[in-house]
Amino acid sequence: MKPAPFRYADPGTLDEVLTVLSSEGEGAKVLAGGQSLLPLLSMRLAAPATLVDINRVPGLDTVEATGDGVTVGALVRHNALLHDDAAARVQPLLARATANVAHPAIRNRGTTVGSIAHADPSGEMTSVLALTDGSVTVATPSGVETIGWRDLFVGPLETSIHGPAVVTSAYFPALPARSGTAFAEAARRKGDYAVCGGGVVVTLDADGRVAAVRAAYISVGLTPEVHDLTDAVVGQPADSADWAAAGELARTLVDPDTDLHASADYRRLLVGVLTERTLAEAAAEALGGMA
Amino acid sequence: MTTKLFGEPVRRREDARLIIGKGRYLDDIGHNALAAAFVRSPHAHARITAIDTDGALDVEGLVAIYTYEDLHGPMAEPLPVLIPHPQLHHPRTGYPLANGIVNHVGEPIVMVVATDRYIAEDAAERILVSYEELPVVVGVDAAREAANWVHEDVPTNVAAHHHQETGDVEAALAGSTRTMSFTQYIERSACTPMEGKGVHARWDADDSSLRVYTSTQASTSVRAAIAAKLELSLDKVEVIAPDVGGGFGVKIVHPWPEELLIPLAAIALGAEVKWTEDRREHFISSAHERQQRQEITVGYDDDGRISALDVHIWHDNGAYTPYGIIVPIVTATQLVGPYVIPTYRVRVESVYTNTVIVTPYRGAGRPQGCYAMERTMDRIADELDLDRAVVRERNLIQADQFPYDHHLTFQDGRPVIYDSGDYVGLMDKLKVLVGWPEASRLRDEAAARGKLLGVGMAMYVEGTGPGPYEGGHVQVLGSGKVLVSTGLTSQGQGHETAFAQIVASELGVPIEDIEVTTGDTRRFGYAVGTFASRAAVMSGNAIALAARGVKEKALRIAADVLEVDPGDLEIDEGLVQVKGTPGASIPLRTVAVLSNPLRYAFDEAAKQATQFAGPADDSKPPVAVGDAPGLEHVDYYSPIRSTFASGAHAAIVEIDPATWEIEIVKYAVVHDCGNVVNPMIVEGQVHGGVAQGVGGALYERMAYDSDGQLQNASFMDFLMPYASEIPDVVIDHQETPSPLNPLGIKGAGEAGVIPGTAAIASAIEDAVGRRISSMPISPTELYDLMRNDDSELTAAHARRSGTGAMA
Ligand SMILES: Cc1cc2nc3c(=O)[nH]c(=O)nc-3n(C[C@H](O)[C@H](O)[C@H](O)COP(=O)(O)OP(=O)(O)OC[C@H]3O[C@@H](n4cnc5c(N)ncnc54)[C@H](O)[C@@H]3O)c2cc1C
Repeated sequence: MKPAPFRYADPGTLDEVLTVLSSEGEGAKVLAGGQSLLPLLSMRLAAPATLVDINRVPGLDTVEATGDGVTVGALVRHNALLHDDAAARVQPLLARATANVAHPAIRNRGTTVGSIAHADPSGEMTSVLALTDGSVTVATPSGVETIGWRDLFVGPLETSIHGPAVVTSAYFPALPARSGTAFAEAARRKGDYAVCGGGVVVTLDADGRVAAVRAAYISVGLTPEVHDLTDAVVGQPADSADWAAAGELARTLVDPDTDLHASADYRRLLVGVLTERTLAEAAAEALGGMA
Repeated sequence: MTTKLFGEPVRRREDARLIIGKGRYLDDIGHNALAAAFVRSPHAHARITAIDTDGALDVEGLVAIYTYEDLHGPMAEPLPVLIPHPQLHHPRTGYPLANGIVNHVGEPIVMVVATDRYIAEDAAERILVSYEELPVVVGVDAAREAANWVHEDVPTNVAAHHHQETGDVEAALAGSTRTMSFTQYIERSACTPMEGKGVHARWDADDSSLRVYTSTQASTSVRAAIAAKLELSLDKVEVIAPDVGGGFGVKIVHPWPEELLIPLAAIALGAEVKWTEDRREHFISSAHERQQRQEITVGYDDDGRISALDVHIWHDNGAYTPYGIIVPIVTATQLVGPYVIPTYRVRVESVYTNTVIVTPYRGAGRPQGCYAMERTMDRIADELDLDRAVVRERNLIQADQFPYDHHLTFQDGRPVIYDSGDYVGLMDKLKVLVGWPEASRLRDEAAARGKLLGVGMAMYVEGTGPGPYEGGHVQVLGSGKVLVSTGLTSQGQGHETAFAQIVASELGVPIEDIEVTTGDTRRFGYAVGTFASRAAVMSGNAIALAARGVKEKALRIAADVLEVDPGDLEIDEGLVQVKGTPGASIPLRTVAVLSNPLRYAFDEAAKQATQFAGPADDSKPPVAVGDAPGLEHVDYYSPIRSTFASGAHAAIVEIDPATWEIEIVKYAVVHDCGNVVNPMIVEGQVHGGVAQGVGGALYERMAYDSDGQLQNASFMDFLMPYASEIPDVVIDHQETPSPLNPLGIKGAGEAGVIPGTAAIASAIEDAVGRRISSMPISPTELYDLMRNDDSELTAAHARRSGTGAMA
């Protein structure tokens, strides 16, 4: 379990990073926290010719929270985001989801942007990017572009980003007014990748009735998916809506797979249960916010 | 501080060193050594048709490549069957490097030695092995059906047929008021110590001697194996177990191929060579345990008293049987637990499969036996609508029945005679500790919170401290230091502390003066090893006897000097003194100097001793016939048979009926290992054992697919529980001393793991009202069980749903 030979570069500026990535070509990989990439290297499941370490690049480690949303720099560790109160006020899903990412040691190294760039459908933060309708900013030698989550995630561990490129930040829009959120998951062991999990956003109308319900799940599909569950409960009072019906609807919308830890059916069961439970919690929060 | 430390919760002396990174584990040794890596079989069963090493030859830093062709003499023969048994009629072992056929994924085929491990792996990756794949046998049922054979000369895949009986079971069953039969399964898990295996070898060409460090539980035996296989004189081989990061059984197996191949390379290359096992290697090429199919028939009366028990076990022994049939014999003989079984028959078919070998993993067959017996008790209780505790109580061996002879033959070839115990006492304590009478109230209370609550219990008796022997050496130096050594090894159990406590108590010296060395053949040549909960019993007693020998000699010398009778002397705080006469004393260290008539005044101690040295008696030799210079003693402890520890566990689980997630909310342990050397260490052993029990019950399994590929060969997918999955464990002790050994102690190392699977299965069954007959169980499997209309409901379930939650 030792990596195959590779070259290593740790440029001090973003421009240099892009220069190295360009000159090294296809075989170059960005190294952020290393919590996903290095195990792959050690097991020789990946053998990039060059690792371009971005940890020395200044300015990428900030979380910026405005009224519109939260911008998370490429070197912000999960743990920093977890404890960023300003970010949590603007978009509570950030702290709620990062609390479920792995264990403290891994959260101390692993980056939130890295986990999005890694595009693991069992990663919490890919689903939060989707659920909040977020996007990433990508720096390439030809300039900077913004890619919305729908265009970003192509398949398991696969994004639409190719060639020399660095994701410099991820942007999570703020929680809409009269809304509440919740995030829950079932994992075999605490801190493991979830067997199934998901986050929800419930938005109410001015009378405290359900106006919109969105949910995103992890470990149930090939890429993060957002499902609109509004129809099941629209117009119902938030304190007595039929959340079970929304859970039922969610079960019909997902198409999970079987693996060592859970059957597809079991995952579908969990989608229903977690949806019902998180919706009730999110609705209560939304109501509380209006009181 | 007092020197009477036996029984005290002395803090582990080794912990500070181990916790702050001052431990010296195998991979900490030999930073400049050449490194070995292995090409291992990717197939579960195949014929090797060609090995092409050409691609590796130009890897810079490559030093050597070895295949079977490079092995000669004893190395070219199959690895030894360590523990042959007449009923092991078809023993098979592998070769250090595969000889034409591979029988499981992970079997070593080529060894590559290079300047470092990275390069060794680069080279290994370029070696091309061609295979002709053969049919694969995975799982005990496939082995039993025998559509394919693992070894072409072992038809039906049966390696051993083990059979014991205490009477005519057919007649006894026919004469029973009631009988019931059922089949149940238990899955594979593994030791998975934090540190895998590892070997470092250094050849001294000038001295023609070999020093080997290996992460083993049996350094003396590894030494003998290396000497035999590499045709070296035993005195030219020394083997040392450095700090070992856990063993749990897997490191008692020896010699592992690597323990022979690394020394072979070191000698051939005249260089230091090291191999450190990586996690994936550990999963696919060390050892697993536990898979069995158990077919059980029990006869009993209306009160739940067992009249006859007939058990037929299909035991998966993996691809080879280097460790004989120890595990199935332990299952067969420990199954009966704390109960009177008037007529018992057990038959075990130990079968080959194309999977990693099966050798003892903490518990070593006992968890399976306990699962068979205890689940039988649960079924009887359910059938008769009796309290599960009551059924057990009616079958317990009573305190006045000891020594109790089960008329079975144990793994050590000795009779299964329980030396002492108080099983009724265990049960009484357990019921209080877990709150057994409260169960139905707790169930209702949990139901009000939307949870299904269940309680379960399991009892066990564990044969510990099997022979044949261990030895101890105790030596007092002129400095006052007391050197203690024993040949058996340590893997973190706290031997440095426990053995030092024993010596402090026996010899009357401060523990600070005592230094303990284990598992180093330079210090002690004869030993058996650390397994079967035997270290405290075996080496503990041997060391106590050695300390008593030292004490006797010390008193004899001191008596001479002080001109008193040895019987009037005592040793306390390192001072030999006349009882009741303060001031009339001599330091033990001075006695040590006096014990050697050759006294060059190298140090202060020697100078001081001169004042005590009497005039020499010209009529006698300076060292009397039969005496020896020095204040030291070697002694051995060899027990007549094993001593039997016991315990009772109970678990309370809560299950979410929406997600079927299972949480253990309480885990209670009553434990009896005779006299306790150090209760803190014993509790630690129990905690660790319980954690492995929980792992085996709810999380761990070796997920082989039908091609024999282990799909979860990493800690990502093999779910060893984290601390967060382990409940708080409440422990109560009972001390029933063993009459068999001088210290009255019984083993404690494996105890914690034994009843976990049985107790937790019982609790889940109690919670959900469906029969649990296959363990471990995960939420997804519990969900499948609950929605399967064909799964068996317990009688308790019917009663409860008929009469409400109060039943
Ligand atoms: C035991 C364990 C448990 C874990 N459990 C979870 C879990 O429960 N949930 C979860 O979500 N994650 C989990 N992880 C993964 C962890 O969250 C990682 O930190 C994360 O997936 C990747 O972030 P990183 O910074 O470590 O990225 P790296 O490992 O450095 O990189 C991952 C991939 O993303 C690319 N990449 C990284 N940053 C950028 C960038 N700025 N621009 C372009 N490409 C980039 C790399 O080239 C690489 O391909 C676990 C990891 C471990 C080891």
